[in-house]
Amino acid sequence: MGFFRKIIDGLKKTQQNIGFKLKQLFKVGVFDDDFFDDLETLLLSGDVGAAATMEIVDRLRDRLEETKITDPDRAMSELKGILVDMLEAEPFAAMPPAVVMVVGVNGVGKTTTIGKLAARFKKEGKSVVIAAADTFRAAAGEQLEVWAERAGVRIIKHQEGSDPAAVVYDAISSAKSRKTDIVLIDTAGRLHNKVNLMEELKKINRVITREYPEADKKNLLVLDATTGQNALSQVELFNEAVDVDSVALTKLDGTAKGGVVIAIKENFDIPVGFIGVGEGIEDLMPFDAESFVEGIL
Amino acid sequence: MALFSGLSDRINHVFSKLKSRGSLTELEIKQAMREVRVALLEADVNVGVAKDFIKNVTEKAVGEEVLKGLNPAQQVIKIVNEELTELMGSSQSKLAVASKPPTVIMMCGLQGAGKTTMCGKLGLYLKKQGKKPLLVACDIYRPAAIKQLEIVSGKAGVGFFEMGQQDPAKTAKEAVAYANKNGFDTIIIDTAGRLHINEELMDELRRVKASVDVAEILLTVDSMTGQDAVTVAQAFDKALDITGVIMTKLDGDTRGGATLSIKAVTGKPIKFCGTGEKMEDIEVFHPDRMAGRILGMGDVLSLIDKAQQAVSQEEAAKFAKKLKEQSFDLNDYLAQFENLKKMGDIKDIVGMLPGAGKMKISEKDIDEKEIARFKAIIQSMTPKERADCRILNYTRKKRIAAGSGTSVQDVNKLVKQFEQTKELMKRFGKSGKKGMKLPF
Repeated sequence: MGFFRKIIDGLKKTQQNIGFKLKQLFKVGVFDDDFFDDLETLLLSGDVGAAATMEIVDRLRDRLEETKITDPDRAMSELKGILVDMLEAEPFAAMPPAVVMVVGVNGVGKTTTIGKLAARFKKEGKSVVIAAADTFRAAAGEQLEVWAERAGVRIIKHQEGSDPAAVVYDAISSAKSRKTDIVLIDTAGRLHNKVNLMEELKKINRVITREYPEADKKNLLVLDATTGQNALSQVELFNEAVDVDSVALTKLDGTAKGGVVIAIKENFDIPVGFIGVGEGIEDLMPFDAESFVEGIL
Repeated sequence: MALFSGLSDRINHVFSKLKSRGSLTELEIKQAMREVRVALLEADVNVGVAKDFIKNVTEKAVGEEVLKGLNPAQQVIKIVNEELTELMGSSQSKLAVASKPPTVIMMCGLQGAGKTTMCGKLGLYLKKQGKKPLLVACDIYRPAAIKQLEIVSGKAGVGFFEMGQQDPAKTAKEAVAYANKNGFDTIIIDTAGRLHINEELMDELRRVKASVDVAEILLTVDSMTGQDAVTVAQAFDKALDITGVIMTKLDGDTRGGATLSIKAVTGKPIKFCGTGEKMEDIEVFHPDRMAGRILGMGDVLSLIDKAQQAVSQEEAAKFAKKLKEQSFDLNDYLAQFENLKKMGDIKDIVGMLPGAGKMKISEKDIDEKEIARFKAIIQSMTPKERADCRILNYTRKKRIAAGSGTSVQDVNKLVKQFEQTKELMKRFGKSGKKGMKLPF
């Protein structure tokens, strides 16, 4: 098929262009339309998305015109500055007693993230109880049990198919009576456009607010870095249901860049709290805007 | 969020500034294509694929005649939609069957793509086709993955095989022996999710492939995947020479541009889609639906619909004219039956008759079975009979009834209804009485 061949060749070229990467791009020191076109392609390839990409390119164009910068290094740090500005935020914090509910669509790595979060909090000297409120997916509870064991924390688990809100209720009671610092709630993955399942999340949210008003309540949305622009829709609908405080961006150890978080921050003012960079229990790190930007470019 | 305001609106806007008719000029196409490009990017079509696609379509579209009933914007969308559908391939859900059973299907993909669930769905799908599938657990890394597959196979009512955490290649081999012994004709191997850049794990997949005679290697991809879909698909295809792709989580609101990217760079057919949480939620891939979805679904589809309506309105006008001139015969009646499913047609016709505009006809007024019967009856008539039903005598009616598998009463009923319709149409043509029901 000639057309496929062409696309593949075209892609190779594109990839080589990206392979050039920013340094080469800026090295020329000529900031003309071709340059901005290439920059646009570079950003789009990192899942930054059309709207945010245009915004970034426009901002850089203005900055360079304004400052009359021609030095490649300075121009590049202008771009980085723009991106860091767009992404920077307070680090994620949960003050004990706290409840951290972890939500997200199917397969983004919620359960794994919970395991890693539990280990992180434990390392910080906090006591943790995990609520296995994903009572839907086959063997989700078992998977979480393994993680709880690895992290060395307690877990409250009911039978598959039981009411998730009841699991959360029990975990909160247990945390109160044993003075546990943090309750970590694993929820079932759900596509954000499923109204019933989003209602279920709201119900869990209500249970937390009612039963544990003194707790610092945080909702963490787990996003898969390989996800494209649909992440915006995920954030919008989860935020509508339960007020998302922070995003955990997982699977950044692959080749995906997760650039969509720029648009997320721009549109919803929801920052990235953590990034997941591997399967190990230590592979969850606090988000750092500068190193993230280096990664995208 | 309306980051993406309707593609058709934006393209219409482009053309509203350029009031040209006839054929599409290069400038018009270029401007419209800029909007199409953004639409593709917002749908997560790979930036390189989008670029090549646009280039290809632009070349095709320049100089193209604008079809009757369409405006230039609609014409562009039509071309884009057609090209997109074509590029995405045909419905190719057929799975290869091994000459010597069992047929081995191997699943692969990134973590969280939905492989384990898809194994169950595929198992149930094949079971319904009379196969006897066995699900084989070769994900030895993710905690409780084996347990999950066991539960899934229970839900699907298909066989399950596991050998714990031992080497997956060995497990696969033993599964074949187990299948042969226990009468399973199809094996579905669930493998661990892995990153395409993890050489060690990619090598493990190669070894599983080498250990058994694999008929199908299906790459499972999350339909929400962004730009990275291309890299991932290429890597898996290079390592394993995949035979097809399954897109999962299409019941979400993703536009699914990854589908196009993957098809474009691997050339491998998209075979199935996952469309829900239940085991039955597996569908054969429909390229046309996917094209509409990538372009912004309802938006574009309604536009194309409108375009088609424009054409059928023309037909309807012709028809209405015929009615007024009272040259309406059984051939026209038959043609109308053919179109009846598209309710718009009747409404259009009625709407064009003076005074009949407010008549309400709903789907309920049409009895599908009766229409099928009427169609058969008319089709059993000679051209002469269709042109003038007054020549129908008992002998003719008996012949028609026999030919159409109906009775003479049915033929009479049809003729009566046809006469009534004709009469009604005539009256509409003259006075435009309201509130009468069309005796279809």
